[in-house]
Formats: sequence, C-alpha cells, structure tokens
Amino acid sequence: MHIHAFDQFRAHASALHRLDPRVKVLLTVGYILSNALLPDGSWLAFAAAWLLLLWSNERAHLGLGYTFKRSFVAFPFAIAAISAIFSPSGNSLAEWNLGFVTLVPTDFGVVRFFSILVRSWLSVQMAILLVTTTQFPDLIHAFEHLKAPRTLTTIIAFLYRYLFVLTDEAYRLMRAREARSAGLPGFKRGGSLFWRAKITGEMAGQLFLRSYERSDRIYNAMLARGYTGHIRTLNPHTMQHSDWLTLFFSIPVLLLIQLIGWYR
Amino acid sequence: MPVKHPSTQQFILPDCEGDILKIEKLNFAYPDGHIALRDVSLNLCSGDKVALVGPNGAGKSTLMLHLNGILRGEGDLTIGNLPISDEQLPLIRALVGVVFQNPDDQLFSPTVFDDVAFGPLHMGLPEDEIYQRVAQALDAVQMADFGERLSHHLSMGQKKRIAIATVLSMQPQILILDEPSAGLDPRARRALINLLRELPQTMLVSTHDLHMVRELFPRMIIMDEGRVVADGPTGKLLVDATLLEAHGLEMP
Amino acid sequence: MLLSPTPLHIPDGFLNLVISLIFWVATISMVGLAISKTNKTLGEKQIPLMGVMAAFIFAAQMLNFPVAGGTSGHFLGGALAAMVLGPWAGILVMTAVIAVQGLLFQDGGLLVMGANIFNMGILTAVIGFGLYRMVGGAKKGLRLTIAGAAAWLATMAAALLTALQLWLSGTSRLEIVLPAMLGVHILIGIGEAVITVAALAFIERTRPDLLNAEKTAASGGRGWIMAGILVSLLAVLISPLASGSPDGLERVAADLGFLGDGQASSYQILPDYTIPLLGETALSTIFAGIVGALILMGLLVLLGRSLRKAGSGK
Ligand SMILES: Nc1ncnc2c1ncn2[C@@H]1O[C@H](COP(=O)(O)OP(=O)(O)OP(=O)(O)O)[C@@H](O)[C@H]1O
Ligand SMILES: [Mg+2]
Repeated sequence: MHIHAFDQFRAHASALHRLDPRVKVLLTVGYILSNALLPDGSWLAFAAAWLLLLWSNERAHLGLGYTFKRSFVAFPFAIAAISAIFSPSGNSLAEWNLGFVTLVPTDFGVVRFFSILVRSWLSVQMAILLVTTTQFPDLIHAFEHLKAPRTLTTIIAFLYRYLFVLTDEAYRLMRAREARSAGLPGFKRGGSLFWRAKITGEMAGQLFLRSYERSDRIYNAMLARGYTGHIRTLNPHTMQHSDWLTLFFSIPVLLLIQLIGWYR
Repeated sequence: MPVKHPSTQQFILPDCEGDILKIEKLNFAYPDGHIALRDVSLNLCSGDKVALVGPNGAGKSTLMLHLNGILRGEGDLTIGNLPISDEQLPLIRALVGVVFQNPDDQLFSPTVFDDVAFGPLHMGLPEDEIYQRVAQALDAVQMADFGERLSHHLSMGQKKRIAIATVLSMQPQILILDEPSAGLDPRARRALINLLRELPQTMLVSTHDLHMVRELFPRMIIMDEGRVVADGPTGKLLVDATLLEAHGLEMP
Repeated sequence: MLLSPTPLHIPDGFLNLVISLIFWVATISMVGLAISKTNKTLGEKQIPLMGVMAAFIFAAQMLNFPVAGGTSGHFLGGALAAMVLGPWAGILVMTAVIAVQGLLFQDGGLLVMGANIFNMGILTAVIGFGLYRMVGGAKKGLRLTIAGAAAWLATMAAALLTALQLWLSGTSRLEIVLPAMLGVHILIGIGEAVITVAALAFIERTRPDLLNAEKTAASGGRGWIMAGILVSLLAVLISPLASGSPDGLERVAADLGFLGDGQASSYQILPDYTIPLLGETALSTIFAGIVGALILMGLLVLLGRSLRKAGSGK
C-alpha cells in the first residue's frame, strides 16, 4: 500500500494553479477568517461564500463539485457541536423526553449548530482547493516568503520528504503483523488488549529506531553533498502583476460577503 | 496451572488427493492502477516443493501476498478446502506461513524471542507450548542462542533466518518464502538449502537462484509480467534456452 | 479509515475567532521559544533529525491495534516525542506534524491550528517531559511507570483543553462535551500510555545512549518539572470540578468575560472589551481577540522568562 495516493495535488494548467502560492495561502486564510467572522444564521452570506468556492473550483479546471466530494473529512467532528442545538438561550422548538432527561432544542441552538457546520464545511473545502492546486514544496516555500521561521519550514520539508517512506514502513510492519495474526478454532485469538497495545508500542519503537538511524545516514549524505543548514529551491516565486491583481480584487469580494452577512 | 487445550494436530488438512492450494484465474491491480497479476492459475499438491522464478517485477511477491489473504485480488483461491474469506482468514494464516522478501518487513518486535513467539501467542497457545515451539523454530534455523538478541541490529543473513523462524513457530502446513537466499553468503545459502530440504511442509519459494532451483525443487513455475508462462518439471524447463531467455533468465 | 480525524484534531469552524487567535498567540510564542532554544543548544544536524522524527510521529500515528467491534486504537505521540527528543525539539516536531496534517490532509483546521498545536504538541510536551524529567535518574521501573502516567495525563489534559475550547467557543455545552471528551480519552489515554512505555522500553533496550539521564537533563531545565507538575495539577483539579459542577466554571468564565448570558453566543465574547463605537460587529470581535491575545502573550512572556531562568540556574 502506497500512501502516495493521499497527496491531493492535481496537475492542471489553470489560472489557479499558476497563481503565486503566497497569494493562495493568504486568500485561503482570508476566506476561512471571513467565514469565522460571519454571524450565525447569515445564510445568504454563506451561500455567497459557497458560490465563490464553486467559481474557484471551476477556475482550477476541477469541475464544480470537486472539493464538495472531498469535504466530508470534518463531519465526524460535528458530533461535538450537537449539544449546541439544546442551547438554553432562544425559544424552545420541542421537548424530547428520553426518560432520564428532557432535551429541549431551541431555535437559537439549531441555527448555531448549522452555522458551525456550514462554516466548517466551507473552510475545509477551501483548504482542499489550496492543496489540490499547489504542490506541497511550493506551499512550504510560500510560508518561507511569508516569514514563517526557517527552522520550522525546513523541518516540514524533511517531514514531507520522509512521510511517504516512513508511512510505507509503518504499513509494512502492520502487514507483517497481520500475516502472522492467525487463529485456531477452540483457542482464544489475539491475546489481551494490553498485549496488542504493547506490540503496537514495540512497533512504534522499531519504527523510531529505523527512522532515527536513517536520519543519521541522511545527514551524512547531505553533508557529503554540501548541505549548509537549509534547503535551497530553484523556483524563485516572484509575484506577477496577475498575482497582485488577484490579491487586490479578492479583498472587496470578501468584504462584500461580510456586508451581506452583517447587514442583511 | 496450565490449562489443557485440545491438541493442535486436529487442524492438519486432509491428505489431498489433489491440491492443498488452488488458484484459479487470479487478477490483481494495485491501487495506483498497475496490473500486477493477470489470470494466474496454479495448484500445489501436498508435499510439493515448487520454485517460482521470473524477472524483477514479474509479480512473484504480489502473488505470494495473496496466499494468506494480505492482498485480495479477483479470482478463486482455496487452501485445502477453505476459500479465502474474512471468517477463514485466521485459520488460513495458521495454515499458510508467508516469509516476506525483506526481513526488515517481517521483524517488528524488540527481541528475536518476542518475534518468533508472536504468532503462537496470537493463536492463544498455552505458555509451555509457546516456549517449546520457539525453541524448535530457532533450532531449525540454527539460531538457538539468539533468543535474547535484538533483531534490529542483526546481519542480513541472520535476519533472514529469524524471519523464517517466526513462521516455523506457527507450524504452518504450507510455507511461502519470498527470495530466501538473496543476500546470503555461500555458507548461509548452503545451510538454507539444507533447511528447506529437511522441512516437511509444502512450499512455494520464489528465487532468482536457479542453481538452488535445480538442486532442490522438482517443479518450477515461471512468471513474467503478471502471468504464469510456464509450469513444469525443473529438469525440462531449465534446459529450454529459448524459454529462459525470453523471460530474462539464464541457464544455470 | 486511514486518516480518520481523531477527536482532538479540531476542524475550522468549531472554535470561534477569539479562542483561535488566543491559542495562535500562545502557540507562536512557545514555538518561537522552542526555535531559539533548539538553535542554541543543538546543531544544524538537529534539523534533519527533527524532520525525520516528525515523519516518524506521523507514521506511528497510523499504527493501530484492534480494540473491539471494528474500532482501533491510535497513538498521538506528543509525550513520547518530548521524552525522547527533549521538550523543545518535541514541540517543534509536533508542530510540524500537526501543520502537515492540517495543510495536506485537512485533519484539523488552519485557523484553529494554533489550538490544535497547543493541545496536542505543547501541553503534551509540558506534562510528558515535565513529569518524566522529574524521575530522569530513577530506576527503570519507576521511570517507565511515570512515563506511562505522564502520557495518560497528557492525553487527558489535551482532551480537557479541547473540551474547554469548544465550550468557550459556544460550540458545545460544557456539561455534555466535558464528560464525553474525558470519557473517550480515558481509554485512548491508556492505549497511549501502553504504547509510550513499550516504545520507550524498546528504545532503551536497543539504544540506551538516546535515553540516558544526562541527555534528558540537558534537553530541558528543572523549570520543566515545575511546569509539568503545575499543569498536571491544574488539569487534575479542573476536570472533576468542571464535570461535577459546570455551573461554577461557567460563572468564572462569565466573570472573566468569556461568556455572555446563556453561555453561548459566538460573537458576544469578551463583551467588556467591546468598544461602544464599533458595536457588535466583526471589528469588535477582532479587537476583542487581539486584546485577549495580548494579555495571554504577556503571561507567556513572563512564563518564558521564568522557565529560562530556572533552566540556566539549575
Ligand atoms: N505497492 C505497490 N503499488 C503499486 N505497484 C506495485 C506495488 N508493489 C509492487 N508493484 C508493482 O507490481 C509489479 C510486481 O511487483 P512484485 O513485487 O510482485 O514483483 P517481483 O516479481 O516480486 O519482483 P522482484 O524479483 O524484484 O522481487 C511490479 O511492476 C511493481 O512495480
Ligand atoms: Mg519480489
């Protein structure tokens, strides 16, 4: 099993792909920020934000529903917000008697719940769009330009490089465990939960050691090729006119969404 | 007070008139779309010792990973009379022992003992039987003194032998070995050949070592590009120069 | 599912802006401190090491073990990273892991990433390393026991803080989210503890040089012990207090200005700081966020100072 399948970047020759990664990062954060600032229940503004998203999908030549289809990763977390439905402020909509407790959903609570969900769902989609249209090394480079500390971006670059190697290694360890996870009729299979957790811990230790010793070899190989402390890239990333224009015109768009939200 | 368990002997497969392992029209593609197996069919009879040869990327390892259900392709695969299915997997894994190509993929426990004991422990065997099986398995691969050693820092040849022991301790009926002789020095290779000769199990062994094939395996199967291209007596196939050449092999 | 979101990776939208900003400031200051610390004490060699270690944590989080009924246990790794690599390097490693999970896999949001890093990387490092450092020179049995307890506590504290953040953001009701989060993580924490201890024992057997007492002592000063104990105590005290009488905690939060009446509106937070001229608009929310963040930053600078002093004057 190769985890490469999880790298979400899709190569296309679109305007969005060409856009400077700095601009894309700023716009993504701006968009998520804008969602966070919209008051609960500003459905019109949420809809406008969604339209913007659809349009961006289209501009990236991905098809309208691309990010939508991939946007359900955050949904299990929605459970955390369910209790908001029963918020005491607001007018009660019903009374659900469960025997030991009576639940009272309120209009305020329901609006709050769905607003949280929509905000989350829009934000996740924009984040997906960012990585779908930007290669990860470019993204790291963008963060460097945006003054993220070098130490951190270099660590992240190494992380990205070895992520696939080591997750593959983790999968192979799990595969080896699976291959010998046998059972016989009449015998209790699988040992105790404690034992299974312990085995997993030892696999983690095994993985740690292999990683650690590998990093030693990497460092030596890097020294041998003249490593001086940070990784250089060839891509210069200079801001073009079109990049500035996009950045410039996006601000009023986001402001407009805010206006729709606050002065409906 | 050790609990008396029923003897494990009762799970020995019925003596096969025909086949202990049967594969029919097995097809498999990796998630990235690469087709690794195409219409693979083959049978192993109880007691068979069969070599699986073919160039790099032929699909040998992929095929072997199917034999105890690590990978699941399309097609029919039966062990004894058990089809590979989710309910049967635990039993099938007790019957079919797979030793991976790379011993680093096989060994995940801190000490050699822990690793060799994993299979029997997972099967829930009684403690004294586990000790006995581990000792036997380590003995068989001539690593009896290595129980307390850390597998992480063993040499390649030692790791390969431990990897075989981790499966022997489960006392499988069928042994699947993926390139067991690769990376061994002549003496270790010789020891391996002797070990394989003495083991009573049915075995399917992939290898690039045609000398070993000639010496040890009466039957060989040649794979190329995901297909079985030849299956027959070693004596006949190994003298067929055009066949060998067509599939990137050299006459030993 | 491979990358199934764990209950601790908060997605965007679930925390309000003020809480998000406050924790961004806290995280940035701690990470900044960690960078200057590691740059000083460890050479450039440390950077590839931390990168590969981050990849290790990422991969180790995929190792799972069957629990029951098709669910499986996972590993978070924050405490282990801090124990093995030292607290500062541990924080950087976890920051990188959580950043990549959020950016590349949308496992955790971007605006809330500060909170995620704080919960899963910084809090776990303080508790994990602090308690482990306390027994750095002790016998193996004791050390591993404390390491396990620290890993469990770190998980619980992360769950507690996540619950509090969700509550303060008006996303969840305290009396529901707190017991739920703590309940789930009692079990997850035990898995975490077993895995951490087994991994430590393994490393110690194979490479004792990586875990000896001097190395542990050198990677973080005595101040960490204090911080670890303090934060652990805080977590231990708050949990039962908050679960037993959520009203009390709510009153405190309301007095501090975190909660409007009725506990839950996202944009009426810090009403005391709302400037009349701005009214209840996005601007005043931002302003309130900045004020809250500044206060917290001040506290953290003080904390950082005392940590540094404690570290150098040991
Ligand atoms: N995880 C994977 N994902 C995608 N393709 C794979 C994967 N593993 C193997 N392959 C491809 O499947 C084909 C068969 O590989 P396999 O490892 O089975 O060959 P092999 O016969 O064992 O070769 P070798 O002699 O080198 O061990 C190869 O083309 C290989 O590139
Ligand atoms: Mg192979």
